[in-house]
Amino acid sequence: MRWGVVTFPGSLDDSDARHALEVLGEPAVALWHKDRSLQGVDCVVLPGGFSYGDYLRAGALARFSPVMECVIRFAADGGLVLGICNGFQVLCEAGLLPGALIRNRHLSFICATVHCRVEETDTPFTAAYSQAEVLALPIKHGEGCYVADAETLQGLEDNRQVLFRYVDAAGRATEDANPNGSLRNIAGITNATRNVFGLMPHPEHACEALCGGVDGAGIFRSVRVTLSDGLPIRTASVPPGL
Amino acid sequence: MRAKVYVTLKAGVLDPAGKAIERALHTLGFEEAHDVRLGKYIELRVDGDATQAAGRLDDMCRKLLANSVIEDYRFEVGD
Repeated sequence: MRWGVVTFPGSLDDSDARHALEVLGEPAVALWHKDRSLQGVDCVVLPGGFSYGDYLRAGALARFSPVMECVIRFAADGGLVLGICNGFQVLCEAGLLPGALIRNRHLSFICATVHCRVEETDTPFTAAYSQAEVLALPIKHGEGCYVADAETLQGLEDNRQVLFRYVDAAGRATEDANPNGSLRNIAGITNATRNVFGLMPHPEHACEALCGGVDGAGIFRSVRVTLSDGLPIRTASVPPGL
Repeated sequence: MRAKVYVTLKAGVLDPAGKAIERALHTLGFEEAHDVRLGKYIELRVDGDATQAAGRLDDMCRKLLANSVIEDYRFEVGD
C-alpha cells in the first residue's frame, strides 16, 4: 500500500508523519496543497500544524485548497483519510466529520502527554488495538475542544463513532483527564462509514521509543492490516441487538 | 457596496475567551458586565446592487465566513 501526506502552507508535522511511516516501513508520498491528484495513494494523512495560519478559523481555509477537492472525492468513494490535530480541524471544516474544534477550555496552548482509551476496534484505524486499551499519546494544540450539538453527539455514541476518549492512566474518562474541555472527553471520531478518522493527539510523534513511546504506531498498523487482510470482525464491541 | 458581517458564537457553545474577558472586566471594577461573548466583525466591499450583494453575502457566510456548527451570522449592506 501507499500513503500520502498532504502539505498545506503552514503544516508542521507533514515531515514527521512521513518519518513515522518510514520508521514503520511504510512508503509515503508527499502531496502538495495545489495538487489535483492523490497519485494513487491508499490512505491520505492530513497532518498537524497551522494551515493557512489558522486564519478565520483553524482548518477553514485549507478546506478550499485544490488537494482537498481530491480528498473529499476520495473519502466519498470510501478512501481512507486520517486527520491529525490541524488535519482533524480541516476534516470538520470540510464536513467530512461532524462537529467542530474550538479554543481549549482554559485558553492555553497545551503540550503534554495524555492518556486515550481505544473505544472501538472494528475500524480501519483501530483494528490493531485491543478494546479499551489505554494509550499514552502527545497532544499540542490551542483549539482542540471538540463540540457538537446534542443530537450529533448522541448519533456519534449510538453509531460507535467515538474512537478515542481522553482518560486517566487507569482508563477512566474523568473531568480531570480531559485536557481541553472536549464534550464527552472526545479525542477522536470517525465518520458514519468509518473511512475517515480525525483525532487531536499525535500518533506520528509516538512511533519510536526514542520519542517517548510507540503507542501511536497502532493506527498506522491498523490501516496496513485492514488494507492487506480486510477488517477483522470484533463482535465484542457490537452492542446487543445488532 | 460596503458590507459589515458579524459572526457570533451560537448560544450554548462554550466561549472560554469571552469568560476570560468577563473576568478581566470584573477585575477592573466593571462588575455590571455579564454574558461576554467574543465574536468576529468583517468589513468588505461587494460588487452589485444591494439585493445582489445580500444574496452573495449570505452565500459567503454559509460557505466560509461562519461555521454553522458553532456560529451564527448577520450582515448589513450599505454605502
